[in-house]
Amino acid sequence: MILVIDLCCRGGSLGFDEFVRPIVAIVERSGFDVAPIHFRRITENCLSEADAVILCGTPLADHAFLKEPAAFAWLKETRLPVLGICAGMEVICTIFGGSLGACTEIGMTRVNVTGDDRLFQKESSFSAYELHTFSCTNPNNLEVLAISERCIQVVRHPEKPIFGVMFHPEVRNDWVVEQFLTLSGKYRINP
Amino acid sequence: MDHPDHRVHDILDYDDMRAMKLGVLCSGGKDSLFACGRAMEKEEVVCLIAIRPENEESYMFHTPNVSLVPLQAEAAGLPLIEIQSAGEKETELGDLRQGLILAREQQGIEGVVTGAVLSVYQATRIQQICHDLGLWCFNPLWYIDQEKYLNSLLEKGFKVLVSGVFAEPFDERWLGRPLDYSAVTLLKHYREHYGIMLTGEGGEYETFVLDAPFFTKRIEIIEASTDYQNYRGFYRIIRARLVDK
Repeated sequence: MILVIDLCCRGGSLGFDEFVRPIVAIVERSGFDVAPIHFRRITENCLSEADAVILCGTPLADHAFLKEPAAFAWLKETRLPVLGICAGMEVICTIFGGSLGACTEIGMTRVNVTGDDRLFQKESSFSAYELHTFSCTNPNNLEVLAISERCIQVVRHPEKPIFGVMFHPEVRNDWVVEQFLTLSGKYRINP
Repeated sequence: MDHPDHRVHDILDYDDMRAMKLGVLCSGGKDSLFACGRAMEKEEVVCLIAIRPENEESYMFHTPNVSLVPLQAEAAGLPLIEIQSAGEKETELGDLRQGLILAREQQGIEGVVTGAVLSVYQATRIQQICHDLGLWCFNPLWYIDQEKYLNSLLEKGFKVLVSGVFAEPFDERWLGRPLDYSAVTLLKHYREHYGIMLTGEGGEYETFVLDAPFFTKRIEIIEASTDYQNYRGFYRIIRARLVDK
């Protein structure tokens, strides 16, 4: 089961339709069971039943998730593959000691793959939809796998299959989510 | 943590429990009014916002029968903020911006709802304007499963007619045709054989909403005319009125 986490300021908000539902649809189309859940409702139990986790984006004006780092402390301990999208990447960046700065991108941007990972072996450069006012300015120990002209676009944890993407793969780049799901079984670290 | 972008800082204080006041960008078609209904389920819709382009080729705004949005606003019991636009590529964004500023001044909107389904062009520009004005932006139909969406539209009781066609193989009989289950079946056939988007998001057809679950009255058409040539046609509503449901 793939746990798809809603990072919007309120569970079941209008933002769910725009940022979570399209990810749920990609996971379902890829043949996986899916369980959407709001970030304040994550429990050890639901994590223990998951095979991988996707942290979804939020509306451009919604940054409430950044005020609640304790809700994401489980990321430090998890052995699950994780894909953080936009807001999800911002969470991954801050939880692993990096920092964010103001950087607004709205619309299509060219993303250039600079690092080596199976997740991004299919494309060396692609056009992606951006919708953010922050970016990861200091990734700390996270590896940078891709950049745009303005900011870091993809990071990976140095030892765990935890990824952050700044762009929104649900718009024109479903393959990123599909590739993550395909690889998630192989990525999984056995306890 | 402090937000490094001061424009966003104000909206960080959004009260988690209070419904947000939203304005819905309304063209009169199915997508904007379905999005309106969805927004009403989650937040407080305080007005409709309509941009009336003089140019039928408007890049941003759907055109046929947008002049009848006032009847829809009345049926929904919502105030309408209306802006005239020359409908030219660059100036219409300024007109939209003016409409949103007016809606904030007059109705206190904190955010905007659109019926964008797949148009990155449309969504990007509205997101940018909302960001510049410090408004939230919601697109509840974004990347929705188009077949499920059309079925949901019909199941919820929306009464929709086809008000314009702009692609092969739509013939004249589509003008004024109700968007019902048989029409959806035919649209699915067109999708398979002609590559149209089921929802008309590629501009293949346009719609007008006569009734919605949140309308207290429905719109009755008294007089209309059609104009059709080479897979391109308009159904123009000349006279219409509100009647009891």
